Amino acid sequence: MNEREIELEVLRYDPEVDEKPRFQRYTVPCKSDWVVLDALNHVKAQQDPTLSYRWSCHMAVCGSCGMMVNGEPKLACKAFLRNYTGVIRVEPLAHFPIERDLVTVIDDFMDKLKRVRPYLIPKEEKSIEAGEYRQTPAELKKYKQYTQCINCMLCYAACPEYGLIPKFIGPAAITLAHRYNQDSRDGGREQRQEEIATSEGVWECSFAGACSEVCPEHVDPASALQQVKIESTIDWYRDHLMPWLKK
Amino acid sequence: MAEKMSRKPYHREVPKAGWVFDHPRYMRYMAREFTCLFIGGYTLLLVIGIGRLAAGRADYEAFLEALASPPSIVFHVLALGFAIYHSVTWFNLTPKALPVQIGEDFMPDKVIAGAHYAVWALLSVGILFLSGAF
Repeated sequence: MNEREIELEVLRYDPEVDEKPRFQRYTVPCKSDWVVLDALNHVKAQQDPTLSYRWSCHMAVCGSCGMMVNGEPKLACKAFLRNYTGVIRVEPLAHFPIERDLVTVIDDFMDKLKRVRPYLIPKEEKSIEAGEYRQTPAELKKYKQYTQCINCMLCYAACPEYGLIPKFIGPAAITLAHRYNQDSRDGGREQRQEEIATSEGVWECSFAGACSEVCPEHVDPASALQQVKIESTIDWYRDHLMPWLKK
Repeated sequence: MAEKMSRKPYHREVPKAGWVFDHPRYMRYMAREFTCLFIGGYTLLLVIGIGRLAAGRADYEAFLEALASPPSIVFHVLALGFAIYHSVTWFNLTPKALPVQIGEDFMPDKVIAGAHYAVWALLSVGILFLSGAF
């Protein structure tokens, strides 16, 4: 297999020593089928064991290795080196504080994820003996695309609104709320609307569409957010113009 | 546990104005948003026109004459270009906001965006008809 040398420029930050992050260069011999994550693993194993970054599956499933590659939010395991020329600049995901090197502080996202209740809240509780909650293929297809989210947070790194207004609940969390709202077995929409049909929820989104452009799983979060806007608007009109329909 | 660890997360500032130039996709987005100024401007012009019409024949004819001036023609050409860009970029996004599921499958994006273009064409023909263009 063809080998070539690449130059990696990696943002380093050691909270115990550094006042602010700095770039460090590494020259890495790499094979043609390598991804950025392979190059980082090579650096850590052969050159600099102090380099910190998150990764786990190496197959675009776990969502751990999100980082900025030449300014673009990417999964390091899906960013093939053969698609880059010149020095490749690797930085931690934008819009998140840096814990150390390429490791970001993701507490904000985790809190938001929890707030939107991204799990099935059954319409009616059934005993196990009563059997499963059944669903037709059409009902499944209605939300299936939105189940593909791997919580990699690339959409948060791409979203200009989240960068400017960090209280914005953001693309992935609202998309997951929408995924459960669209589920025929679910009855938790009212609880989720309290979080997402708010000014720091979906109304902070101005449809830049960056989230969908960078999503490695083609979830298309921007579509989910626009659908939530339309449904929330219908709710508002129903509540204000036809209050007798309110339960 | 977390309290005992020495943590000093580094916060990077997003430039309040310069972020638009950070990526071509942000510039495309702002271009779409920016074009609405011309649509707003043209709407104002129409409102002024109605005001002139209400003010009487002489005022309205002066208004029409002003419309035929070179700066006005330049504005109209620009406003038309930006209005088309605005409409096309938004129409192409409509399938994201308005998915239509028939049976198991979703209607193709082209059909949903195409329906918007069709309504646009129909309304334009209707307005031209009412204005006596045919």
